[in-house]
Amino acid sequence: MLKQIMIVGVGGQGTLLASRILGNTVINEGYDVKVSEVHGMSQRGGSVVTYVKYGEKVYSPIVEKGEADIILAFEMLEAYRALPYLSENGTMIANTQQIDPMPVITGAAKYPEEIADKISRKGKLVTVDALSLAKEAGNIKAVNVVLIGVMAKNSEIPYENWIKTIKETVPPKFLEVNLKAFDLGYQSV
Amino acid sequence: MKQLMLGNAAVARGAYEAGVTVVASYPGTPSTEITENIVKYDEIYAEWSPNEKVAGEVAIGASVAGARSMSCMKHVGLNVMADPIFTVSYTGVNGGLVFCVADDPGMHSSQNEQDSRHYAKASKIMMLEPSDSSECKEFTKRAFQLSEEFDTPAFLRLSTRVSHSQSLVEECPREEVPLKDYEKNIGKNVMMPANAIKRHVVVEERIQKLTAFAETTDLNTVEMNSDKIGIITSGITYMYAKEALGDRVSYLKLGMVYPMPVEKIKEFASKVEKVYVIEELDPFIEEHCRAIGVEVIGKEVFTLLGEYTPGMIKKAVFGEDLRPYREAEEAIPVRPPVMCAGCPHRGTFYVLKKLGLVVSGDIGCYTLGAVAPLASVDTTYCMGASISAAMGMAKARGKEFNKKLVSVIGDSTFMHSGMTGLADIVYNKGANTVIILDNSITGMTGHQDNPTTGRTIRQEPTKQVDLVKLCHALGVDRVTVADPFDLKNFEQVVKTETEADEPSVIIAQRPCALLKTVKYSGNCVIGENCKKCKVCMKLGCPAISERDGAIVIDKTQCNGCGLCINACPFGAITKEGE
Repeated sequence: MLKQIMIVGVGGQGTLLASRILGNTVINEGYDVKVSEVHGMSQRGGSVVTYVKYGEKVYSPIVEKGEADIILAFEMLEAYRALPYLSENGTMIANTQQIDPMPVITGAAKYPEEIADKISRKGKLVTVDALSLAKEAGNIKAVNVVLIGVMAKNSEIPYENWIKTIKETVPPKFLEVNLKAFDLGYQSV
Repeated sequence: MKQLMLGNAAVARGAYEAGVTVVASYPGTPSTEITENIVKYDEIYAEWSPNEKVAGEVAIGASVAGARSMSCMKHVGLNVMADPIFTVSYTGVNGGLVFCVADDPGMHSSQNEQDSRHYAKASKIMMLEPSDSSECKEFTKRAFQLSEEFDTPAFLRLSTRVSHSQSLVEECPREEVPLKDYEKNIGKNVMMPANAIKRHVVVEERIQKLTAFAETTDLNTVEMNSDKIGIITSGITYMYAKEALGDRVSYLKLGMVYPMPVEKIKEFASKVEKVYVIEELDPFIEEHCRAIGVEVIGKEVFTLLGEYTPGMIKKAVFGEDLRPYREAEEAIPVRPPVMCAGCPHRGTFYVLKKLGLVVSGDIGCYTLGAVAPLASVDTTYCMGASISAAMGMAKARGKEFNKKLVSVIGDSTFMHSGMTGLADIVYNKGANTVIILDNSITGMTGHQDNPTTGRTIRQEPTKQVDLVKLCHALGVDRVTVADPFDLKNFEQVVKTETEADEPSVIIAQRPCALLKTVKYSGNCVIGENCKKCKVCMKLGCPAISERDGAIVIDKTQCNGCGLCINACPFGAITKEGE
């Protein structure tokens, strides 16, 4: 068994924390795990991609086109961009938030319309308004943990195990907000 | 218990376990987190040095003084450090000495894609290359041990996917390595011709010994699965090959990529019908194989460019296609990195663009000043070149051109290698204008302190280099400090200073918006008196966009810096609730 998960978003949205929570949860399940992150320039508002792979033995840390069992997208355009990576039976979980990239802001390109419809015509899509749920939890920055909650609901890993890792990974002063954010995501599905 | 660890953190852990006591580095993606993780260990003295050459020399000094020491850098940082490397190869070490260099195939965050393995061969220094976090830790420890055993510095070579991937690592206790005795040894440590001539003999003998070691060491492993196809590889491409080809082929994995074995490769090749060399970037292993008379398939089927993937390896070796995948129905707009909302550099580049100046750029977040809509930066080469290259431009094209020319360089980059360029301008009668973008931190690599910030790597308060006094001391009489968010004043300052017939420095002072100490309040909002002139959109702020014909500011992105308020000619933008 080899599970391949891709987390995509815009630099600054907190994809790294999401991949760390995911990585640490599956390691507690006894799997071999590899997480590939992006640091540096793309973190400045560019497209960011993180891979998490787990199974009995993982060699390559990267996910290729047609391979992702789950894609966790923090932003709609990035969800659309990641579509080729979704495996035949894979699930795309996408935050409905839209963030214009600079070429759209400058007028050099147009933000595609009806992205959710276009993705669902080609594969399984679950959408969630993670931004509203994060606000409800008390901090708009908790979008990442809301999305982890949605993914947790779609996984075979028990609820408590996710909570355990969040407690281990998130700094104490943000713990309450993040646990609430996780719950809201988990219940939203 | 095994834990998930970043490759870079595992190198730091390895250094800790190996009893290292001194680490000096300059930040550079993808190497930065090694030294950041070193700070976790109180037993180790750590520093951010002003540049890689200084860092490397601090590590060399610590080694000759008897300590196990390390310096870490990105591939282009090794260019800066190259000078001492070639000579410390001759002197050898006292305490174990490791230079950890992280290459960036695919250029995730770099200006070129150089292959640092060439440095190992050129400087005649052994090089190990791990393929995951566990090996990062183990190979680091081995590097220290081999450094002392063979009296040589050792390279540890990483690449982005090894540095920035997390995999499982088992921690071990630290080995306390006592400081070795310091003994004066002029013949070994003073590299003037008479001594160096003798040491060169030692270096060549050492490479012979290390080549013999390469034949038998368990760093180079053979895995026989097939007598049809053999793969010679190292580092991350070993992992890609294993995933792509599994047990259908045999492997020779080189954990030591310089020097490489001869007999071991010949023997491996003799046991299979066909040998592929799989390595990202240059044909380094491939050329060695050809030189020893082993026929291999390499760059004729594998690219010289960018990163590899398991899929491309499978295709090249077995001709098997990737899994089928779905395409989007249309072209998807790219999302290049941009300056953050609230970035202090935005004000500077807005003014430079407005004045239509030629901008000699440098390495840092502000390289993004070349991205539309600001698209202000004309050139970027390497750390420090903004100043020296502008000197060349001015000398080539004369006084009038120079009045339309500025250099932009960050505070950390100025300390790294900008000062010498400024000295050149003063000394050789230049009249350039240099803008030091002082955002109080090393930004792009993720907030490291530097000599201008007043804090050490461990956040202890320390003396702060005073940029104004420094520029004066270098001989620049015209030094102005200005806030780049005060657009009107900043524009006036740039106009005045570029007009001057002598060298001038403008210190554009405003801290990075991502610093915890920077707290802008409220959100900016666009009022009903907006004339849709779109001046605010020329700032290239990711928070400002046009939706359904109206200009809007996205609250989730805006941090309330207020630059757009200053830029709006109609006073249509205000702070929410004001």
